[in-house]
Amino acid sequence: MTNVLVCVKRVPDSTGEVVLTEDGSRVDGRYGGYTTSAHEECAVEIASQVAASGDGGGTVTVLTLGGEDSVEQLRAALAVGATDGVRIEADADEFGPADVAAAIAEVVQAREAAGTTYDLVLLGNDAADTGDFQVGIRLSYLLGRPVVAGAQTIEVDGSVATISADTAEGTEVYEVALPAVATILEGGVSPKYPSITGKIKAKKAPIETVTSGVQPKGNGRQSLRVPPPPPSQVEVLGEGPTAAGRLAQVLSELGVGR
Amino acid sequence: MSAVVVLIETEGDGVGLVSQEALTFARRLGDPVYALVLGHATPGVVADCQTQGVAAIFDCENEELGAYSGAGWAVALASVVEAAGDVAAVVAGGTPRGNEVLAHLAARRDLPMAANVVAVASQPGAPLEVERQVVGGSAIERASLGAGTAVLTVAGHALDPEPAAAPGGAAVLPFAVDFAPEDLRAVVARMQAREGGDASGLTSARIVVGAGRGAGGPDGFGPVDALAERLGGAVGVSRVVTSLGWRPHHEQVGQTGSRISPDVYIACGISGAIQHWAGMSSSKTIIAINTDGDAPMVTKANYAVVGDMHEVLPALLEELGSR
Repeated sequence: MTNVLVCVKRVPDSTGEVVLTEDGSRVDGRYGGYTTSAHEECAVEIASQVAASGDGGGTVTVLTLGGEDSVEQLRAALAVGATDGVRIEADADEFGPADVAAAIAEVVQAREAAGTTYDLVLLGNDAADTGDFQVGIRLSYLLGRPVVAGAQTIEVDGSVATISADTAEGTEVYEVALPAVATILEGGVSPKYPSITGKIKAKKAPIETVTSGVQPKGNGRQSLRVPPPPPSQVEVLGEGPTAAGRLAQVLSELGVGR
Repeated sequence: MSAVVVLIETEGDGVGLVSQEALTFARRLGDPVYALVLGHATPGVVADCQTQGVAAIFDCENEELGAYSGAGWAVALASVVEAAGDVAAVVAGGTPRGNEVLAHLAARRDLPMAANVVAVASQPGAPLEVERQVVGGSAIERASLGAGTAVLTVAGHALDPEPAAAPGGAAVLPFAVDFAPEDLRAVVARMQAREGGDASGLTSARIVVGAGRGAGGPDGFGPVDALAERLGGAVGVSRVVTSLGWRPHHEQVGQTGSRISPDVYIACGISGAIQHWAGMSSSKTIIAINTDGDAPMVTKANYAVVGDMHEVLPALLEELGSR
């Protein structure tokens, strides 16, 4: 039986145009909406697989740090396999990566003291908005646990996790003793779509709200800007296969394909 | 001035392109520049370091690092920082390895870290502020790193590598570190060869043929592969292609994949969402082949053919074959 904690973050959906708030301090998600990053969706799926493996009976707790709005992201994870949720009540924009790691560590340690050990703590490899690439690694030091970054699949056998990470040279395989931390990179598993029963279950699933004792130091952000797109300078070479000759000529001028 | 320590990654016999960029960036932060090689200081690495003005290369001799470990390399890096004395900044390329090892170092030293930095924003002498890519490269954040040693990674292809005004001595200094057991708890136990083999060429390829949803399915990449082979380039794909399982993740170009900067990028059936654009926008010349003449990839490209990639690519291959 493996208990997994998955940490997710409510982030503005940035697949469309990125718009800043009036004061330029943050991305305005009012138009594009909010989501959970693909890395974290994969982390939830990996957590479900691990909890169900072996003799089964493991739990998947999904955690977020944020305001009341971020319950939406917890419910999304609860609809696809998480069993319960915990929300650290805080303004996520005031918490830098080291602060977030400290706040998560508090919850893990408090629950351990109360009798629940999370054998695995999973996070996204990097946050889709702030792109800090460090919360999971900082957390591993605070918990005194090993960490694998960029993990794409995880299998647990007894007290050992076999973790794979795709790199350009091949697939790296780690064998790590539990308890451990891993940061998840999308691509190794396919996140599930929520079913109707999953959504109903998510509505009823328990979510505990906790406060944090961490005094946030922040992330050092002074300001944000969105660079304007350069004006279009495209030269259309033609339409359909008849443009292939002109295209080959351009490639040749660029020194390619000779 | 205070020293800068740079973690460099190798590629072939030399310093990888993103690490060369990081070395160029590092020279703006302090002097002398010291390098720690993730791997070993081969003659090619030494030559590239001389070009980049590196004063000395630290070459870690521990056998334990024969298999990769993020924490293990952070211990080696920390000991170089210790030896260098007054250190203004610790720098690496914004690669998976660079971000990982520097995050370990920042955690061990309780220092702030800024990932994917593109520019220094503060005046010399003032506390360091940087500009860095956030939201997958579609926004730029100005961030303060405080007064201590700055830990930062440099976004791939945010700048071109430039030779130093005077070549560095690049003396190779072998060293070894003492590991505690907890430093080596997460070590690569084995490598599995991947179907399709080594893909390390994507980030350094001078020509990349990209394919997106327009490929239509896992069987739609024949002409894409053929064109990449004909041009001596690599294949890169958009996120939708890997999330649908049409191609493996290591071929993904974009915010959640590789960042590339080829001389020529040929985007076939790719609409040009921010996610993908973040990974290839620094390509020198962009050629788009797309059925939609208004797609962002087309309007942002240098050249475009409006048409179906499945018709245009075979015709192009025929043209190239006849040349």
